[in-house]
Amino acid sequence: MNWLAIWAIYRHEMVRAFRTVLQSLVSPVITTSLYFVVFGGAIGSRIEQVEGVSYASFIVPGLIMLTVLTQSVTNAAFGIFFPKFIGSIYELLSAPVSFLEIVIGFVSAAATKSFLIGIVIFITAHAFVDIEVAHPILMVVILIVTCLVFSLFGFIVGIWARNFEQLQLVPLLIITPLVFLGGSFYSISMLPPVWQTVTLFNPVVYLVSTYRWTFFGYADVNLALSASMIVLFVALCLGVIWWMFRTGYRLRT
Amino acid sequence: MNEHDPILTVDRLNKTYDSGHTALSDVSLTIERGEILALLGPNGAGKTTLISTICGLVRPTSGRVSVGGYDIVDDYRKARSLIGLVPQEITLEPFEKVWDTVRFSRGLFGKRANDAHIERLLKALTLWDKRDAAVMELSGGMKRRVLIAKALAHEPRVLFLDEPTAGVDVELRKEMWAVVAQLRADGVTIILTTHYIEEAEAIADRVGIISGGKILLVEEKGALMKRLGQRQVRIHLAEPVERVPDVLSNHGLERAEDGRSLIYTTLEGGPPLAGLFADLAGAGIVVADVDTRRRSLEDIFVELVHNGNGDAA
Repeated sequence: MNWLAIWAIYRHEMVRAFRTVLQSLVSPVITTSLYFVVFGGAIGSRIEQVEGVSYASFIVPGLIMLTVLTQSVTNAAFGIFFPKFIGSIYELLSAPVSFLEIVIGFVSAAATKSFLIGIVIFITAHAFVDIEVAHPILMVVILIVTCLVFSLFGFIVGIWARNFEQLQLVPLLIITPLVFLGGSFYSISMLPPVWQTVTLFNPVVYLVSTYRWTFFGYADVNLALSASMIVLFVALCLGVIWWMFRTGYRLRT
Repeated sequence: MNEHDPILTVDRLNKTYDSGHTALSDVSLTIERGEILALLGPNGAGKTTLISTICGLVRPTSGRVSVGGYDIVDDYRKARSLIGLVPQEITLEPFEKVWDTVRFSRGLFGKRANDAHIERLLKALTLWDKRDAAVMELSGGMKRRVLIAKALAHEPRVLFLDEPTAGVDVELRKEMWAVVAQLRADGVTIILTTHYIEEAEAIADRVGIISGGKILLVEEKGALMKRLGQRQVRIHLAEPVERVPDVLSNHGLERAEDGRSLIYTTLEGGPPLAGLFADLAGAGIVVADVDTRRRSLEDIFVELVHNGNGDAA
């Protein structure tokens, strides 16, 4: 394993992220505050409790997931797309590094940035509501896993995208709707039975449900099923990336 | 692998793209350590595909390539660690600092940070004063030098320069030639593609000519000029002649249309002209002036590419 190359990629990506640190961190804080004002204050004041938790507190895990998922996909996709776009990808492809090393470098950098954003949102949430975390270690672990899984997915998007429009397509048209429909702002038990079944085809449901469990000890979906679905999604992403590098899909001619 | 073995061996390399276009056809090539090879060819000849295949950017359809004795597929880590590539286009992140981008290149090739080496490189390429500048603040020439610094950051033994002086002014071109000469003095083997004939004439040890995906010829530059180079001597006469006198027939002279000059053609390194001028004087012909034109590498190149078979007249 070429650890020095992995570190070089990771460091390079983090330096790039910190060049726009205000935009990266301040923007999510403002957005999250607005969500609290609208959902927690305006709408939440008319909803008493969800599964024994105040509505304002109930939406915290979903809000963190909403931002972390979107940021993970966007960061990782942009990380690999940008060198493709400007042509500097030649350096990665001609270096003595394996596909796994490239993936580890880019994905871990994107995941680190998303994780930091998740923590910032968690701290911001404390300014609006009292939150007690039932399983703090698992809360952090699930957050890291989520950052990694969706950064892997974002990496695939970045290789697939041929232009900036395609790059934005997946976060805007797939990730955001999936997160909104994945129980971020409601418990899926509040849906009619048919929609509860349909919702189970949304992979984000399992992440939000598991993450909410680490906060309140309550989950919409069985934890073992959620863990299985997350592992399946990781395996699928790794398989696609392996195939992309093996065939040189949109990288090598 | 000993030090006398070639640094690069290309054996029957073929590349056909998915579109059906054959970019390389049965290319074989051997590069010795420490030499400068200039690959000449018109646009679309296959120069960039050849370099890209050796460097791992393009997958070969068939054939083998080894660098320093290491196969570029089976032993890609060792093979690639010996190679530095300077691409044709300026492909740098505009917001990145010069120092950071060069340092990144070294790390990417698995080498530990060596600030002293990077400092030496930047000083040698007159970039030291710009080490903290963002790439977008640099001139075109400086950006090209940054690309060279990146390619040399991991101390490669073979450097590929893909059209290093395409679209740059004469001053910068000569500056780049000086950089190449210094690298060669440092023991780096250099393969450069170009369609500037004067570039090959100025800096290469050997010249390869590629056209239509085929290597037409690879030869030491001096030997090539000697074998295929011609010298044409135009002898301007004080008085016009009706025809070439019989006593001069063994020199193969041609009479110009107006009869005011005679044309003598010989290969580079041909017989001295003293005999010819003695015979001219003996024939009573008074020479007014003489001018000489050498057949350039460009003439040879155009003829080879036109014939397409490696044979020049």
